[in-house]
Amino acid sequence: MMPPDPTTPGGALLVLAILLPCAGIILSFVLGGRNAERVALGLTPFGFALACAIAFHVASAGKPIVYALGGLAPPLGIALRADGVSAVMLVAAAVILTAAGFYARAKFATPEGGPESRSALTFWIMLQAIWAALTIIFVGGDLFNLYVALELLTFAAVPLVCIDGRPETLAAALRYLLFALFGSISYLLGVALFYGAYGTLDIPLLAQRVQSTPIVWLAAALMTGGLLAKTALFPLHLWLPPAHANAPAAASAVLSGLVVKGSFFLTLRLWFYVLPALSAAGAANILGALALAAIITGSVLALRQARLKLLIAYSTVAQIGYLFLVFPLATGAHVWSGIGWSAGVMQILAHAFAKAAMFLSAGLLAEALGHDQIARFAGAARALPMTFLTLGLGGLSLMGLPPSGGFSAKWLMLQASVASGQWVWTLPVLAGGLLAAGYVYRILTPALSEGDIMLKAPPKRSREAIALGLALIALALGFAPQGFFDLLEIGRPLAAGTLQ
Amino acid sequence: MSPWVLAGLVGAALVGLGLYGLILHPHPLRKLLAFNLIGSGVFLVFGIVARRGAAAGFSFDPIPQAMVITGIVVAFAASALAVALILRLHAESGRVTLDPEAWTKPDDGAAKS
Repeated sequence: MMPPDPTTPGGALLVLAILLPCAGIILSFVLGGRNAERVALGLTPFGFALACAIAFHVASAGKPIVYALGGLAPPLGIALRADGVSAVMLVAAAVILTAAGFYARAKFATPEGGPESRSALTFWIMLQAIWAALTIIFVGGDLFNLYVALELLTFAAVPLVCIDGRPETLAAALRYLLFALFGSISYLLGVALFYGAYGTLDIPLLAQRVQSTPIVWLAAALMTGGLLAKTALFPLHLWLPPAHANAPAAASAVLSGLVVKGSFFLTLRLWFYVLPALSAAGAANILGALALAAIITGSVLALRQARLKLLIAYSTVAQIGYLFLVFPLATGAHVWSGIGWSAGVMQILAHAFAKAAMFLSAGLLAEALGHDQIARFAGAARALPMTFLTLGLGGLSLMGLPPSGGFSAKWLMLQASVASGQWVWTLPVLAGGLLAAGYVYRILTPALSEGDIMLKAPPKRSREAIALGLALIALALGFAPQGFFDLLEIGRPLAAGTLQ
Repeated sequence: MSPWVLAGLVGAALVGLGLYGLILHPHPLRKLLAFNLIGSGVFLVFGIVARRGAAAGFSFDPIPQAMVITGIVVAFAASALAVALILRLHAESGRVTLDPEAWTKPDDGAAKS
């Protein structure tokens, strides 16, 4: 007997959202040259509109929208699902990718009648590939499909790291790829064990069937370990700083703001959607301890960097730590889990926008000054006021000063840790904020001091405005209304205890 | 010992050997080969999952086999990408090392982007 087709109204939007960037990749590849850029940028408004339409459908229906591919219901078929978090992530990804695309026009434009350059073609195609892969990750409902999406994301991100072909960027890309390959194969082994035990990989079906058996724990551990390597959680963060700091600024913004969030999103899916029935307090505390170590190590190393882009990259290591605090703070079905959940998603968004803005500014700075040595910034803030305003506002959100998305995230984290009695998690939140203040002041203090500085070329106003716009979104998240947090709750499975 | 238990043990051994190589060998090409070894082990495990027919009623479950084929394609693409990077790295710099210290130059570190 066939189960009924679970497709809901608006479900076809999910297919369109995936098809759009995929069609763009093929078109860019076939048309080549200047057209690659035109296709990539021309599709961005449509991608953004689709993401908004999906968010609108989810918000107005009050439940996830579903599309069963080929009209076949799981377990035979594969379903695409968008719940509140997916919808919000889709919109955020659309905004950041669009911003990065328009920012990158100055660097990766092909002049009229000029020869097609390999780096430009690669950039525009890979940008769309990242969009496609992230969309599949956010709406995928099948663990094996998600594995393929995760691989697509890696294969799109690695070439962006080494796009300018210098040996150190090639080495950074290779290191990134090897870490990612270990991560994906470990994830795949977990998938095999899940399939062997329960005969399905559909997330809601698995959630109904899983029990606390050794094989489930082993599969969960393998998948989590693999995803941690891809997300660069301490101690698997070694590949991230050289890879993110050596990429061109537009690519760094996408890699740090979005790509690491893709594998983090899957970790959330695994623990909160596939395994809500497990009492996972122990596992959550292990992840919390790694998060604590990541926040402290990342921040301290950021304080010691001489180059601005490396400093921002190490700050990403620390901010990824904050993301993983969601596990001890939102696991289980308690009054406070909802607060921890909101805090985690807010941290994803705040960091994505703030970090993208900071990397774009760092790129402008490096182009204007010809270097990004923090010690030689004296007087730079006077020459580049808008760029440093963006760096400062992005830093504000990283530190967690109000009003900003970073403040909301950290405030909610503190509330959740106090309400749950897990006082220990207030320590990394507070210490991390202080250390972040330290490394942001390390950028601003020399720049605001007196000094004569020679600009090689003043940055274009429009590119500065794009970076500033992203930083302002990070700030505006601090004013998110209650309706926004209600949207995040749509489709979140209730955890153990209330499940029975 | 039944054949699938033997196959499972071989799969586990391949994963273990590969993991050892991936972590301990410094050369990227050896790391890549080790990754392929892990991959073979995982695909073998998928084969046994298919043999045991988790979805009851079939003597062979075709879905894990379809997954193995996809997995092989992905692993092949990954290996090709890694080999291309290794070759390019060798062509650009004449050496192949992942040691980050080897790439930090004593100059001012100016961003050339």
